[in-house]
Amino acid sequence: MTARTLINVPAKARRGEVIEIKTLIAHPMETGYRVGLGGELIPRNIITTFVCNYNGEEIFRADFARAIAANPYLTFFTTATASGTIAFQWTGDNGFSASEEAPITVE
Amino acid sequence: MTSRRDFLTGTVGLAGGLALASIVTIRPARATPQTMAAAIKEVAGEVPIRKGKVKIDVPPLVENGNAVPVTISVESPMTAADHVKSIHLFNEKNPQPNIIGVHLGPRAGKAQLSTRIKLAAAQTIVAVAQLSDGSFWSGDADVIVTIAACVEDLQ
Amino acid sequence: MIRHMPVAALLAAAFALPALAAEIAPAERKSDYEFMGPQTRAMQDDDTANPGMLGVLDGEALWNARVGATGKSCADCHGDARESMKGVAARYPAFDPALGRPIDLEERINQSRVEQQKAAPFRFESNELLGLTAYIALQSRGIPIDVSDERLKPFIEAGREIFNRRQGQINLSCAQCHNDNWGQKLAGAPIPQGHPNGYPVYRLEWQSLGSLQRRLRNCLSGLRAELYPFGSSENVDLELYLMSRAQGLKIEAPAVRP
Repeated sequence: MTARTLINVPAKARRGEVIEIKTLIAHPMETGYRVGLGGELIPRNIITTFVCNYNGEEIFRADFARAIAANPYLTFFTTATASGTIAFQWTGDNGFSASEEAPITVE
Repeated sequence: MTSRRDFLTGTVGLAGGLALASIVTIRPARATPQTMAAAIKEVAGEVPIRKGKVKIDVPPLVENGNAVPVTISVESPMTAADHVKSIHLFNEKNPQPNIIGVHLGPRAGKAQLSTRIKLAAAQTIVAVAQLSDGSFWSGDADVIVTIAACVEDLQ
Repeated sequence: MIRHMPVAALLAAAFALPALAAEIAPAERKSDYEFMGPQTRAMQDDDTANPGMLGVLDGEALWNARVGATGKSCADCHGDARESMKGVAARYPAFDPALGRPIDLEERINQSRVEQQKAAPFRFESNELLGLTAYIALQSRGIPIDVSDERLKPFIEAGREIFNRRQGQINLSCAQCHNDNWGQKLAGAPIPQGHPNGYPVYRLEWQSLGSLQRRLRNCLSGLRAELYPFGSSENVDLELYLMSRAQGLKIEAPAVRP
């Protein structure tokens, strides 16, 4: 099961420049505390982990708890070291898995 | 005493309409300042946590507790010798004390992250950062929330 | 325990004040955007941070998907949406000559699906319909609302009557809050004028995109009034009246709202 994502990575950067990466992914982030119309508890269904790799090396990792809002938005920073690919991986409950890649040119 | 179902169907109509404050419904057991302290201890162990270096940027009065924008930044040169290794965010009144934990390194360049969180009630949130020298630092912020997030009922 | 205090206070004020029932003059019309805090505005302004844009991406994919007995996509007839759909959302609900009454954008999309593509209509509030509506509405971003078509006048009047009528157990009309008391605080939050120029919106309360019809049902729910069903003429007349009351305001879909 995958999901729609929106990624913002600068296409170009200078070597050594600190760049901001913005990520947004579609996911209900159901806490497990909400009650449905019939009075039943809606089961927990959240993204639990986010990992970012830059040319294969992990540069950022996040563990999400239930308190992260639906359609999780996460921004962070990294140093532009070399041209290549920045890869994003989200995993979560019920076998959820989504991945995205963004190219970057570093001069 | 009204049953939980009757109570909830009674509140359903009101909960969905005008943004009225403080619609209180039956809640599961909540985090308390003690459970938050315990969660922080799981991260920091016995190391004393010093106040400083960590800044939380969050609106003091939130329009909707379902998606509260938060930015956490930690003062650090982010060099191999002196950088932030992790940042954890906690709360004291949601059903669970943990919100997010991120792991960085010197490559981050800047120890700062932004996200959106759910807050169930007016409360204090606390961010704890671990530095490469093993020290722990914290910062906090008070947030007023007019609509509860985690314990919302569907219409 | 439900605290009725803020509502009781408003009721007392509503009974005390004369019913003004005056529409907001064009020069004073302000988008609900202006009543939000800076962080919520920032969420709307950045297309890579606006969760409604995830729905727009879904809508774009649907625009290009070949479906139905005809195997046609929207693009096969309408081409590039950025050209063909420009200004469309700004003039909906629009008069449908075959039906002899206005229909809203969601209904128009479904009408095309059924009649032109020979595909099944989308359910109201489905991700597909919301995504496609958001994608089309985005193409009107920055364009002023214009529902001045003469044929719409009787339906605008029908919608105006609903807007000004006291309803529900709370026994208030839309006008009493949104014409007479906009800008004032109700339980800590400012009352906006209640304009529809951002729809479909990502409502933080819903944690998803939603239509204007859904929002209107929420309003009526808050008044403890009977909800108009999705697709009812009352909902569309009310949508149309709201658009005419917002004539001139620029479309800002998909908006973010609390």
